[in-house]
Amino acid sequence: MEDSIILQMRDITKVFPGVRALDGVTLEVRRGEIHSICGENGAGKSTLMKVLSGVYPYGSYEGQIIYMGEEARFKNIKESENAGIVIIHQELTMIPELSITENIFLGNEIVRKGLIDWEEARQRTVELMARVGLNLNPNTPIKNLGVGQQQLVEIAKALSKNVKLLILDEPTSALNEDDSANLLELMRDLKSKDITCIMISHKLNEIAAISDAVTVIRDGRTVETYPVEAGHVDEDRIISSMVGRAIENRYPPHESHPGEVIFEVSDWCVEDPNVPGRMVCKNSSFHVRAGEVVGFAGLMGAGRTELMRSIFGHNYGVFRGGTVRMKGRELHIPTVSAAIEAGIAYVPEDRKNLGLNLLDSIRMTIVSANLKAILTGKLLDSDKELQAAEKSRTDLLIKTSSVNAGVTTLSGGNQQKVVLGKWMFTEPEVLILDEPTRGIDVGAKYEIYRLIHQMADQGKAVILVSSELPELLGMSDRIYTICEGSITGEIASRDANQEKLMRLMTTTSDVKS
Amino acid sequence: MKQIKKVLGEGLHKYTMIIALVALVIFFNIASNGKMITPSNFQNLLSGNAYVLILAIGMLMVIVVGHIDLSVGSVAGFCGMVMAIAFQTWNLPWWAAVLLALAIGALVGAWNGFWVAKMGIPGFITTLGSQMIFRGAVIWISHSISVPAPSELKFFGAGHLPEWGPAFTGMNNSTLLLGVFAILFFAYSQIRQYKRTNVLRGSKEALWPTLVRIALISVIIGYLTWLFGTGRPGTSFPVPGLILVILVIVYHIITEKTRFGRHIYAVGGNKNSAALSGVNVEKTYFMTMLNMSLLAAVAGILFVGRSTAAGPSDGTGWETDAIAAVFIGGAAVSGGVGTVMATMVGGMIMAVLNSGLMLLGVGADKTQVIKGLVLLAAVAFDVYNKRPGHVSITKRLFNLNKAENKEGSPAEKK
Repeated sequence: MEDSIILQMRDITKVFPGVRALDGVTLEVRRGEIHSICGENGAGKSTLMKVLSGVYPYGSYEGQIIYMGEEARFKNIKESENAGIVIIHQELTMIPELSITENIFLGNEIVRKGLIDWEEARQRTVELMARVGLNLNPNTPIKNLGVGQQQLVEIAKALSKNVKLLILDEPTSALNEDDSANLLELMRDLKSKDITCIMISHKLNEIAAISDAVTVIRDGRTVETYPVEAGHVDEDRIISSMVGRAIENRYPPHESHPGEVIFEVSDWCVEDPNVPGRMVCKNSSFHVRAGEVVGFAGLMGAGRTELMRSIFGHNYGVFRGGTVRMKGRELHIPTVSAAIEAGIAYVPEDRKNLGLNLLDSIRMTIVSANLKAILTGKLLDSDKELQAAEKSRTDLLIKTSSVNAGVTTLSGGNQQKVVLGKWMFTEPEVLILDEPTRGIDVGAKYEIYRLIHQMADQGKAVILVSSELPELLGMSDRIYTICEGSITGEIASRDANQEKLMRLMTTTSDVKS
Repeated sequence: MKQIKKVLGEGLHKYTMIIALVALVIFFNIASNGKMITPSNFQNLLSGNAYVLILAIGMLMVIVVGHIDLSVGSVAGFCGMVMAIAFQTWNLPWWAAVLLALAIGALVGAWNGFWVAKMGIPGFITTLGSQMIFRGAVIWISHSISVPAPSELKFFGAGHLPEWGPAFTGMNNSTLLLGVFAILFFAYSQIRQYKRTNVLRGSKEALWPTLVRIALISVIIGYLTWLFGTGRPGTSFPVPGLILVILVIVYHIITEKTRFGRHIYAVGGNKNSAALSGVNVEKTYFMTMLNMSLLAAVAGILFVGRSTAAGPSDGTGWETDAIAAVFIGGAAVSGGVGTVMATMVGGMIMAVLNSGLMLLGVGADKTQVIKGLVLLAAVAFDVYNKRPGHVSITKRLFNLNKAENKEGSPAEKK
């Protein structure tokens, strides 16, 4: 068995400032197998693959990588690619304006006497495409291809580099079912040609269908790794090891008193703005009561954020129907400012790119979504602004020397409090929190949780979108699960556990769509 | 050191460019044997650069929102020409011709705004197109011939405030009145702010920094008043300068104190976050572009008034001066940063360079070279200062690096 091992990663530890992303991870992959790596969002899967492919160069991590019997010390991607390790990222990295041929040989051009030999490149492209089952004109620009075809071109590109170990990071997350099935078929085919595949995936049915071995990573550690027989994988075992962390008392005690239903969304449909015909929300319906915290669980790409941003003034995607009712009255909210006016607040998941203007001071940020409230006549009143900012600072315990300080001077947790303060200043009825605790430390999380409870106690309807199942179970009164754009379940927190949620999150309900 | 900080307020780096400006004026005054600081030179400085500085106000807003406008020179020339032709050929009264020119300016701005906001075309390309379109249009409608302007406009473009009242003041009384008014207004607003700060913080701050500040500014305004007011008889603080001052005050308030102004900074700082905060990004782009062309029309009209005729090449290259003023004033190419006041200082630096080098007898060719180098140096200086880990030169000069954190935050003093 030792001979057939192509890759061994031993005790890999990778530390980022303040975070131990990988903590002694071990991974063994045998030659010619399809090895699946599973784990929750943020468990460290992608980091591990970046260590392997040299994105994080040798020396920036601890531990050993044994590849084909020798220790590998990759300084960059080029070196790992020369060794036959190719990674295909979740987001495709090809250049849309260039042709298939140009993309496949980009950075790896066939040069004769200083000039590129396009004739040969085109011929090789046709051969490579045949190997992945594509039959296209090699001069076609990438932008004219569907996502599934682009993925195949990526694999063809990997083949052109004489790949021995192919890493696919969530390869089917952007694909429809036919394309996914097609891709899995191709992976089986590659396996028969002695190419080893490592697949990172959230979709248990896919893992079950093609894996020869499974490794589960949780909180930067390898939980278990074992060979399986494709088609006979115990999904429950994977689920329980993915989520099975010790539940500590990380959530403040709280007794909720839900009142009337004040927020109701029915049959909400949204189309992907970039891929016509692909629905990111399919007839989603849900409701929230006053004083209730409702969780939304779903894996990355399930459509949680898309649903929320679309409700928040059609900020995402192409609206394809559905209604929103607030206290029984139907709302017409085609713009964000109308949504704010109607009493909806949305705290986005990406704090730095969507939540904050990093050039602003704290006081300017706090009032930025409700400038009306600090007007005196037609002019902004800096006294009112200062008062609002100081009030947020005391209410939310924002740790700063002055509200005039720039938001970049704050820690992640305090930045998030500023964003919360900004939305509380709009006096919303419904507060949508998208991953409110992502990337902040445990202490700050606890304070954010207390604030969420406070808002619920004030009779606000709180929607909590989170990738962390313990957080959803600890904070919500009720949880909806989303998978591939459809709401697949609704469950009261007291009846829920992580296994149940994970099952609902990974089952595509064909009934609803 | 502490005392200086209390008087001048937070962020001494704001004064770097002002110090540079003053140093430049003093340098040229010495080098030209006192020809720089004279009433007539200062009057010309303002009156001859008012139109560029007015353009710079609008340009600042366009750059803060994250675009650029290359068409301002052509638009100013076009609007000036339309006004002259309306007066000369269509026999409109001068004021109607002015209103027409302003309306055309607004229309052109709506045109630029449409392409930028609705079609999503970058301002650089949109206005590059407009630059060609309207330069062509000026030449087309004027048949490459200068058209005389209404003589009434001379007052706005190059005029002086009237002489009146007693002669014992020894200066132009209109200028004196302006100066007195400015000092009173400044003192009033400072004392009002002092009182409100005390009420808001609930603590008693010392009064003396406010008083020192008032005294200091009074001396400066007083000196400038004397300088502008004691020129040749019949001269005073120039009318275009007064128009500029009014516009600067209005736009200072718009950018700092209105929702529209806040939106410009929000969109320029982070478009996505602004959109998620309820800002109508398209509308903000549109209004900013519209406003720019409107100000270009104002600049064009003033320039035509000053030169008494509208020429087919009026406005050529003005965009460069306006853009340079904005960047010397510390604005960021990526948007979101910059103020009207700093832009004015940036514009004055360019103006003083022009005037000073001319007094020294340096030719226009070399002046151009020097101006280019100064632009690069000023921006490089700014970039260097903002780089993390570098202590800014001003701070090093005043030895402030240690005091920064403690003194920088009024809230910590309690």
